[in-house]
Amino acid sequence: MEFKTFIFYWFALVLLFGALRVITCRNPVHAAMWLVLCFFTAAGVWLLLHAEFLAITLVLVYVGAVMVLFLFVIMMLDVNLLKLKENFRSYWPVGAMVGVLVAFEMASILFVAYDRAPAAVAPEHGADYSNTRELGLLLYTEYVYAFEIAAVLLLVAIVAAIALTYRRRKGVRQQDVGEQVRVKKGDRLRLIKVPTEPAAEAAKPGDAAA
Amino acid sequence: MKELELFFGPIWPLVWTMVKIVVIVLPLVIAVAYLTLAERKIIGYMQVRIGPNRVGPFGLLQPFADTFKLMFKEIVIPSGANKYLFIIAPVLSIMPAIGAWAVVPFGPELVVADVNAGLLYIMAITSMGVYGVILAGWASNSKYAFLGCMRSAAQIVSYELAMGFALVGVLMAANSLNLGEIVKGQEGGLHHWYWLPLLPMFLIYVIAGVAETNRHPFDLAEGESEIVAGFHVEYSGITFAVFFLAEYANMILIATLASIMFLGGWLSPIPALPDGFIWLAAKVSFVLFFFLWIRATFPRYRYDQLMRLGWKIFIPITLIWIIFLGVMMQTPLAHLFH
Repeated sequence: MEFKTFIFYWFALVLLFGALRVITCRNPVHAAMWLVLCFFTAAGVWLLLHAEFLAITLVLVYVGAVMVLFLFVIMMLDVNLLKLKENFRSYWPVGAMVGVLVAFEMASILFVAYDRAPAAVAPEHGADYSNTRELGLLLYTEYVYAFEIAAVLLLVAIVAAIALTYRRRKGVRQQDVGEQVRVKKGDRLRLIKVPTEPAAEAAKPGDAAA
Repeated sequence: MKELELFFGPIWPLVWTMVKIVVIVLPLVIAVAYLTLAERKIIGYMQVRIGPNRVGPFGLLQPFADTFKLMFKEIVIPSGANKYLFIIAPVLSIMPAIGAWAVVPFGPELVVADVNAGLLYIMAITSMGVYGVILAGWASNSKYAFLGCMRSAAQIVSYELAMGFALVGVLMAANSLNLGEIVKGQEGGLHHWYWLPLLPMFLIYVIAGVAETNRHPFDLAEGESEIVAGFHVEYSGITFAVFFLAEYANMILIATLASIMFLGGWLSPIPALPDGFIWLAAKVSFVLFFFLWIRATFPRYRYDQLMRLGWKIFIPITLIWIIFLGVMMQTPLAHLFH
């Protein structure tokens, strides 16, 4: 138990430091990498709570896919930091207000509601307990409609995103792979009979005519 | 053992885990060294050459000569490079290649962490391998490296989907995410291994594995002929060696996972023969030989062909096969698919 506590505090420290660096970093690529570190350590904390499915999915989805695409976009953009800071003075009151609001909301949960809630005791499970199996059973039996609706919503979002951004330009040449595969020798190759020994024919025109 | 445990006290779990890690990583590094030699030898023979034969008998010490040469070379950091990310990138590419071995079973009880969600863990850890390539390409501050990194990122993200769906098939057949359980589900000889009921998944997994590790014929990220070795063009000395190590460690990992999930892991092909690690080693060697074989045989894919193969062929096939599996499991023929 001692070692686990030590790991928790280590993860918490790394997580807080990483989160701080995400917002204080000047270089956007560095900030994105700090965010990756945050996701990874948060997954570690969840693992300590026996939420293995959530922890692994966090790494799989956010670190493995979302942040990769995020990084991809940041790298392609030529971010001009001076330009970004230009209107800092006019924006900061709004930013500060949002920040105070978020802090207030979090405090109201952490200090008021959290104290009143009955202390949740994590149920003890046997060694062969599989968090993934239990979640899967619940998702596909009790919450199947909510699950399906979420899936449909995501599908609609995907289709909408593609429909909004897809532009077919004129004059783009595209290859039809099926056509390329179906091609036969006769379509591409033409055999021409070339008369042999033209020099000899030139020498004896009479023979060639005969 | 007891004395050791008392001596280390509360940090004993850490020490014991470290010992296990060394026991796995050391043979892995040696296997990587000899895989590079095997590659050069096999491709040499396929092209009617002898391959390396000067250092040691039959060139057996060649990988060590190469390693020491790279270790003593200077690490050149390009002037416009982002220093920290430039150095971190190779580390980030070797980490997942080694980390994934934690849940790989080498025998019935021979595994570092017997995790229930082993398959998910493998997918999550291997999905992090792309960071090494992306950061290497970006931090180098070089056009060629950046082109290589963009190609690689798109390629790895696309093939990961097909690979994940292929693993969903395995999970459906085995009814478990634990790699040990998956092997145990394939008991009963050659025709009970999952390669047969999951044949399309098996083929897609192996091909997507080649694409994931940026190996020929999907090595557009390197593309020597057009972008002069791509994302690691600016790397030299040991940093280059680490990229090399990661690529080959990933190859061995993919081969091992294919053997465990589709070729019965440590099980023997005929039930009369005893099971054991030797079978796993033989299967892994076979898959690795296949990787080297296709490198010597096929020309490189064009980029649009690569993307088409991943998105328009592999993903639909895996999706259809998942539905087919689900339907077949509800019929009287279900026993064929477990």
